[in-house]
Amino acid sequence: MVESPLARALLRIASALVLSFLYLPLAILAVYAFNESRIMAWPPTGFTLHWFADAAANPAIRSALLNSLVTAGAATAIALVLGTLAALAIQRNRFFGRESISFLFILPIALPGVVTGIALQSTFKLLGADLGLLTVIVGQATFCIVVAYNNVVARLRRLPRSPEEASADLGADSWTTFRRITLPAMRTALLSGALLAFALAFDEVIVTLFTAGAGTQTIPVWIYTAMQRPNELPVVNVVALVLVLFSIAPVYLAQRIGGGETATGR
Amino acid sequence: MDGEAPRGATPRGASLTVGPVSPARRVARWLATRPRTRLALLLSGPLGWLALVYLGSLFVLLLNAFWAKDAFTGKVTPFAWDLAAFGELLGNPVYRTIALRTIGIAAAVTVTDALLALPIAYYMARVASPRRRRALVIAVLMPLWAAYLVKAYAWRTILQGNGFLSWALSPLGIEGPGLDELQNAWIVLSYLWLPYMILPIYAGLERIPGSLLEASSDLGAGAATTFRRVIFPLLVPSLVAGSIFTFSLSLGDYIVPDLVADAKFIGNVIYDNSSLGNFPLAAGYSILPIAVMVCYLLVARRTGAFESL
Repeated sequence: MVESPLARALLRIASALVLSFLYLPLAILAVYAFNESRIMAWPPTGFTLHWFADAAANPAIRSALLNSLVTAGAATAIALVLGTLAALAIQRNRFFGRESISFLFILPIALPGVVTGIALQSTFKLLGADLGLLTVIVGQATFCIVVAYNNVVARLRRLPRSPEEASADLGADSWTTFRRITLPAMRTALLSGALLAFALAFDEVIVTLFTAGAGTQTIPVWIYTAMQRPNELPVVNVVALVLVLFSIAPVYLAQRIGGGETATGR
Repeated sequence: MDGEAPRGATPRGASLTVGPVSPARRVARWLATRPRTRLALLLSGPLGWLALVYLGSLFVLLLNAFWAKDAFTGKVTPFAWDLAAFGELLGNPVYRTIALRTIGIAAAVTVTDALLALPIAYYMARVASPRRRRALVIAVLMPLWAAYLVKAYAWRTILQGNGFLSWALSPLGIEGPGLDELQNAWIVLSYLWLPYMILPIYAGLERIPGSLLEASSDLGAGAATTFRRVIFPLLVPSLVAGSIFTFSLSLGDYIVPDLVADAKFIGNVIYDNSSLGNFPLAAGYSILPIAVMVCYLLVARRTGAFESL
C-alpha cells in the first residue's frame, strides 16, 4: 500500500505535534535552568548561569550522583548476569512451568513501584536489615532483571542455531561454544540491555525512596527532597538539564548497536 | 529438546583438543549429557533471586495486611492476626471511589497514548526515510532518559496559575487549569508514558511485511479497510505490550496526582498510610493493584504481548 500524499502530509503533521508535545516540558525546563528568578513563572525574567555554579558547588549533589552511579551500576551487573542465565534457560529449553517463569520475570516492572517498594521495605525491616546502598541495589536489580532478560531472549530468538551446532560438531564442548560463539553473538544485546537497565535503575525514585532509608540519597531521591524546598528548584532544573544532555550519548550508542532489539527494553 | 547439547559430539571423555583440560571445560563436558541439571543450574540464580527477594517480599506484604494495629498507640504487632484493615477498606466508600478513579484514569491514559502513538509510529515505520527514522527513534527515546520527577515538575510549572499554559492561553481570554483538576493527572501521565507506547507499536509496524499491505490494496481494499483488517489485527500484541506499561505505571503513580491534580490515587493511599505507620491498611490496599495487574497480565499474555515487550 502506498500512502496517498494527503495521508502522508497528515501523518507528518501528527508526528510533528506529538514530538512537540514530548519536548515542550523539556524545553521549558531548559529555559528555567537559565532563569534569573527563583520563582518559576512564565515568561522568565532574566538570564543567568548562577544556578550552574550552585549545582557544581553542591556537595549533596555530588554524593547523590556517586550513590546513583554505584547502585545503578551494581544493579545492572546483577540484572545482566541473572537475566542472561534466565534467557539461556528459557529460550533454549522446553520444560514444565516455563510460561509461569517468564510471567514471574515481568511481574516486578508490571506491578506498581509503590507496591514493590513497600513490600521490600517491610521485608528488610522484618529481617532487621539496615536500609542503605545495599538494599537499594537489591531493589533496583529486581526490576532490572527483566530488561536484560528481554534483550537477550529477543537476540537468542533470532540467532540461528547452526553456528553452535557446527562448533559442537567440530569438537568444542558447550562452555567453549558459549564463550566463542554464543556470547559474542549476544554482545550487542547485552550492551543495549545494560544501558537500558542502567537508565531504569538510575531514574527509579519510588522503589529507591522506600529502600534507601534516611541517610542515603541517589539523584532522584535528592531531586525529590530538593523539590519540597522551593529555594532549590532552579538547581534541580540545572541537574535535570545536565542529566538529559549526558544521556544523549548512551541513547545514541544504544541505537547504533542495534538497540531496536526489544521495543522498550522494559 | 536438549538445549545446546552438541549433536554428534565426541563421546564423553574422548577429547579432540590436546593439552590440559580446564575445570570449566570439565564441568561443561559433564553437563553436556545432563541437560536437566544444566537447566536447573541456569535457572537457580535468577529464579532464586526473584522467588526469595520478590515473591518473598510480596508474601511479607500480604502478611502485613493481617497484622493487628493497636487502636490507641497505632503500633503494629507482627504475627498478631486481625482483619481490621479489611473492615476499614471495605466499609469506607472512599477507598472504592479512589480505586475507580485510579483505574479510570489509567484506562484513559492508555487509550490516549495509543491514539497519540499510532500516527507517529506509522510515520516512523512506513513513511520516513531510514535516516529520519533513526533520528525519530532517538527523539522518542530521549525523554525517557530525562528524570521522571523533573518532567512531572515541569508540568506543574506549565499548568500552574502563572505558568506557561496560562500565558499561552491569555490572548484567547482563557484561564489556565490551575493545579487541582483531575484531568491534569490524565494529561501528565499520558505525557510521561507515551514513549512506552510509541516504541512497541513502531516495532510492530516495522515487522509487518509491505507485501501484505500491497496484497490488501491489490485486492481492492482502501486505506481504512487495510488498516482495520490487516494492520490493526497484526498490531494487537504491540498495542497490548505498550498498554502494560501505560496502564501499570499510571495505576501505581502517586507523585503526579499529588503534584498536579491534588487528587488521591491508589498509590497515595498506600504511600500515605505506610508513612503514617498504618502498614496493615497500606498492605491491604496493595492487594487491589496487584490483583488488577495480575489479571491484566494474564489476559495480555494470551495476545502474545510478552514477545513484543
